[in-house]
Amino acid sequence: MNRIQQAFQKKGKDLLNIYFTAGYPTLDATVPLIKAISAAGADLIEIGMPFSDPLADGPVIQQSSTVALANGMNMRVLFSQLKNIRQEVAETPILLMGYLNPVMQFGVENFCREAANAGVDGVILPDLPLDDYVAEYQETFRKYNLRPVFLITPQTAPERIRRIDELTDSFLYLVSGPGTTGGQNTQAEGVQEAYFQRIEAMNLRNPRLIGFGIGDKASFQKACQHAEGAIIGSALIRALEGVEDAPAAATRFISSVLK
Amino acid sequence: MSTTYQQPTERGYYGQFGGAFIPEMLYPNVEELRQNYLDIMAEPAFQEEYQQLLRDYVGRPTPLFEAKRLSEKYNTRVFLKREDLCHTGAHKVNNTVGQILLAKRLGKTRIIAETGAGQHGVATATVCALMGMQCIVYMGEIDMERQKPNVYRMRLLGAEVRAAMSGSRTLKDATNEAIRDWISNPVDTHYIIGSVVGPHPYPDLVARLQAVISEEMRKQLLEKTGSELPNYVVACVGGGSNAAGAFYHFLEEPSVNLVAVEAAGHGVNSGHSAATSVLGKPGIIHGSRTLLMQDEDGQITEPYSLSAGLDYPGIGPLHAYLADSGRARFISIEDEAALRAVAELSRLEGIIPALETAHALAALGQLGAGPDDVVVVNLSGRGDKDLETYLKYADTIL
Repeated sequence: MNRIQQAFQKKGKDLLNIYFTAGYPTLDATVPLIKAISAAGADLIEIGMPFSDPLADGPVIQQSSTVALANGMNMRVLFSQLKNIRQEVAETPILLMGYLNPVMQFGVENFCREAANAGVDGVILPDLPLDDYVAEYQETFRKYNLRPVFLITPQTAPERIRRIDELTDSFLYLVSGPGTTGGQNTQAEGVQEAYFQRIEAMNLRNPRLIGFGIGDKASFQKACQHAEGAIIGSALIRALEGVEDAPAAATRFISSVLK
Repeated sequence: MSTTYQQPTERGYYGQFGGAFIPEMLYPNVEELRQNYLDIMAEPAFQEEYQQLLRDYVGRPTPLFEAKRLSEKYNTRVFLKREDLCHTGAHKVNNTVGQILLAKRLGKTRIIAETGAGQHGVATATVCALMGMQCIVYMGEIDMERQKPNVYRMRLLGAEVRAAMSGSRTLKDATNEAIRDWISNPVDTHYIIGSVVGPHPYPDLVARLQAVISEEMRKQLLEKTGSELPNYVVACVGGGSNAAGAFYHFLEEPSVNLVAVEAAGHGVNSGHSAATSVLGKPGIIHGSRTLLMQDEDGQITEPYSLSAGLDYPGIGPLHAYLADSGRARFISIEDEAALRAVAELSRLEGIIPALETAHALAALGQLGAGPDDVVVVNLSGRGDKDLETYLKYADTIL
């Protein structure tokens, strides 16, 4: 059983997955933020690998990525920062989220080996298609014991959801509705509920986390009614903007969601 | 051979280039298009409506004009394929007419597009007006400034022009914003991509819709030269839609030299260039694996060209394959040489070309074509939109 599965088994419900962008707000904030986020009670941590053109992300994460890149963040720097992370944070699952091109240029094998050495548990690459994952990446991911996490949207067909469910032992990332990260949910109440219930009724192997547009205690608790937990990213990034002490700001933010 | 130049694989690959690297949010849209585009385009009713619009609305076939004074200057036979005479002033409308008919048949009611120089935006706004569809065009803030007349044109046609404020605020960023819009509007919206870029099936779809250019060329060449096949076909490449259309029916004719002309900006090695085939390496942009200008970390770098239609950091996967396999020759032309070519065509033939098109014309001296060779330059657009730029650089041009 991997660390992601253990986290779900231990808690069962109301899991909080916190996303932040590596190298934001400062280059060296990465490790202090991981420690603070874990200590504040997040159950999973998703580290964003900044990319110049993050298509699935809204303006907040794009801006944090631009700042992180200007700060000098890249794959080599990130992996050197994460080198001893498992001595600091032993149990909290750590996932890397990013886009395919920087991973391709770094080399898939190199990427997976470095991630495994650092103690990373899962990888989210939204622009990696399922077929390409199976054909070209799955073997390497398995070799290094990394779990892929795939996104599911209200438009994803049931047979495709089944296929995604078969391809991983981690969790399913339920995109709450149409839009990029950090957006407002503009769907009619019943539409979203019906979508979550439809997925719930499929009795899938993997637990589910709801993401996109979750940003405070109320939206977190509401999401937790329909899944094992939820993912917060843009709202945390906003809480880090312009602060002196990023770890303290992250702690305050997470407390405000969980209290 | 599993792929030909004309026909990508089922998953949209030309050699190692192409594919559909898109987030799950776009998958149903792109898949719907992929499963339907060939069938819809093969329907007699679609073809009838498309051909009729090309003839009566766009003004096709466009003339193939033998440019005698230009020919004399370069000591070869130069023909100009007059796409600049298309309705809206460029080849872009061939694609938008086809895609709006496709969008209607897919039941879409809202159209989005990206634009660089504004020609594709205008061509999209035009067909949306024609069909009574809602139209939103994303355009980089910098491009809105340097192509003001086209911004006004789009608004006059009833489109909403939204400024892309991120990144370099040019074509790449406008495309990002259009893709984000599509993610946010997955059911009622069709995205009319303006070039042979993006996830499969777009590169193939746009190439097929632009292929009418080379289809006409073959007939017109037969009439004027006694052979359907020229010795050279020359076209400028940003994303590469006019080049794809001009090359399409010659791709499998090895005797025809295909010449793709990229924008060198201030010079290929100046750090201010858009010569992707020289400066790019394989990578992923806007859902397609292609040659891409990027740094060693895989971050996409900002291209530069004075022309707003050529400063794209990638090229269509078909063109990446043509460059990689050597089927096409790639030449890059600097800003200044392009500006001089504007003056040359204006003075010698009485035709003011678009700045993008001028890059193709500026390559004429580098072809090595002989006196009996037939050279076709795809005159992709007219220069009205660039008059402000031409005025600014009057010292270079005149």
